[in-house]
Amino acid sequence: MPPGGGPMTDCEYSQISTHGSSPMESPHSKKRIAARRKWEVFPGRNKFFCNGRIMMARQTGVFYLTLVLILVTSGLFFAFDCPYLAVKITPAIPVVGGILFFFVMGTLLRTSFSDPGVLPRATPDEAADLERQIDIANGTSSGGYRPPPRTKEVIINGQTVKLKYCFTCKIFRPPRASHCSLCDNCVERFDHHCPWVGNCVGKRNYRFFYMFILSLSFLTVFIFAFVITHVILRSQQTGFLNALKDSPASVLEAVVCFFSVWSIIGLSGFHTYLISSNQTTNEDIKGSWSNKRGKENYNPYSYGNIFTNCCVALCGPISPSLIDRRGYIQPDTPQPAAPSNGITMYGATQSQSDM
Amino acid sequence: MATEVHNLQELRRSASLATKVFIQRDYSDGTICQFQTKFPPELDSRIERQLFEETVKTLNGFYAEAEKIGGSSYLEGCLACATAYFIFLCMETHYEKVLKKISRYIQEQNEKIFAPRGLLLTDPVERGMRVIEISIYEDRCSSGSSSSGSSSGSGSSSAGGGGAGTR
Repeated sequence: MPPGGGPMTDCEYSQISTHGSSPMESPHSKKRIAARRKWEVFPGRNKFFCNGRIMMARQTGVFYLTLVLILVTSGLFFAFDCPYLAVKITPAIPVVGGILFFFVMGTLLRTSFSDPGVLPRATPDEAADLERQIDIANGTSSGGYRPPPRTKEVIINGQTVKLKYCFTCKIFRPPRASHCSLCDNCVERFDHHCPWVGNCVGKRNYRFFYMFILSLSFLTVFIFAFVITHVILRSQQTGFLNALKDSPASVLEAVVCFFSVWSIIGLSGFHTYLISSNQTTNEDIKGSWSNKRGKENYNPYSYGNIFTNCCVALCGPISPSLIDRRGYIQPDTPQPAAPSNGITMYGATQSQSDM
Repeated sequence: MATEVHNLQELRRSASLATKVFIQRDYSDGTICQFQTKFPPELDSRIERQLFEETVKTLNGFYAEAEKIGGSSYLEGCLACATAYFIFLCMETHYEKVLKKISRYIQEQNEKIFAPRGLLLTDPVERGMRVIEISIYEDRCSSGSSSSGSSSGSGSSSAGGGGAGTR
């Protein structure tokens, strides 16, 4: 049995690690304890919390606004309106309200904190291999400063779909994927970047997003209806103005609900349409599958009927996160370096002295 | 089993990496995860076409099983929705279970078929499900190998009994 040869092997690997633009620190000896997790060197513009468990976009101000609006409005409802309504009408009102509130918060946090389906960037070997294949396909590169945009055509269900090459991530984007400029990531089945939830909405969190806006519509309508009921019941006893004076919180809640209910219900309706036709917001805005582009244009991803489309979007399998943000960086794994300056790194056994 | 795994590790240390071949995704069926079964010319001298195709087809089958839309996946989805998705904190999804199966299968294939031929399959999940990366190794002591710069000899002696690769 040959000896382990540990330290020598580590020396080889560490030589490779320090070469290139990889931002990770390379453990030079086995004794070094600082093993970093992958989220610390993630190339996209994301913020991570709780040691990589939570992932959000960089701009989260509007998300905090959403949180505050929901918490304050619901809090006021439970504190001021529910006691009166529970006694006067039924205690089921705060119970149902409570269930709706927890569902809204649960789905909101799931949408905001989870990985939307980010595609990890290509490793240097992959990028080099792709560039080689593209050069072969194009003939040698044209004399321009930048070669013409690279696309690949694929036939899906009889429809021709163009796959674009992403210059940032150095991959050919899968169908329905798109690059989010705010987060600087390619996201699978990219729907849109939502500032209200502080994250992209993509393949992995679209159903949470939909459940969020649906339950929020119900919650908003619920609170609005019962606040109005509360004020009306009170006015029957003490007059309208006195009722408003007795429970000023109701006025605030009514105002917030009134102004938000239209957009939230509108959004729910829009996304219900998208789900039933299996389109993304991105595709709908671009009109990728509309009839206006031509009679032969149809959506190749649709399953044909509304029921199946809905079931798949909401109850289909969830793929796990591809970016493994809490994993440890392995010293011999090539990390995706942003500028690939043409020098390919063939894994762990290439010597620095060759360069 | 232990000696076979040891051989895999030795492969990484003792042989020098010559090149890598990437099997790209096949999108003709939509966005589901399938890989192209086209046989890459670089593997022509290394492995039989049938073995390679069988491996890729089995992998494709596994991925199709993971993404299968049917009764059990709907049940899982509805249950998760009913618990406001808190159930994911304690339960493993069907997809994750199949991914574990896949990684066991790849490990097994590497030990039995690919490593003895100087090849190594990387689990696609480590490459973002974009490619199946096949690393082609040249034996250090084989002459005329087109390795792109082997490192100064590692102290560990290889299973093949080669010395330090001198370049």
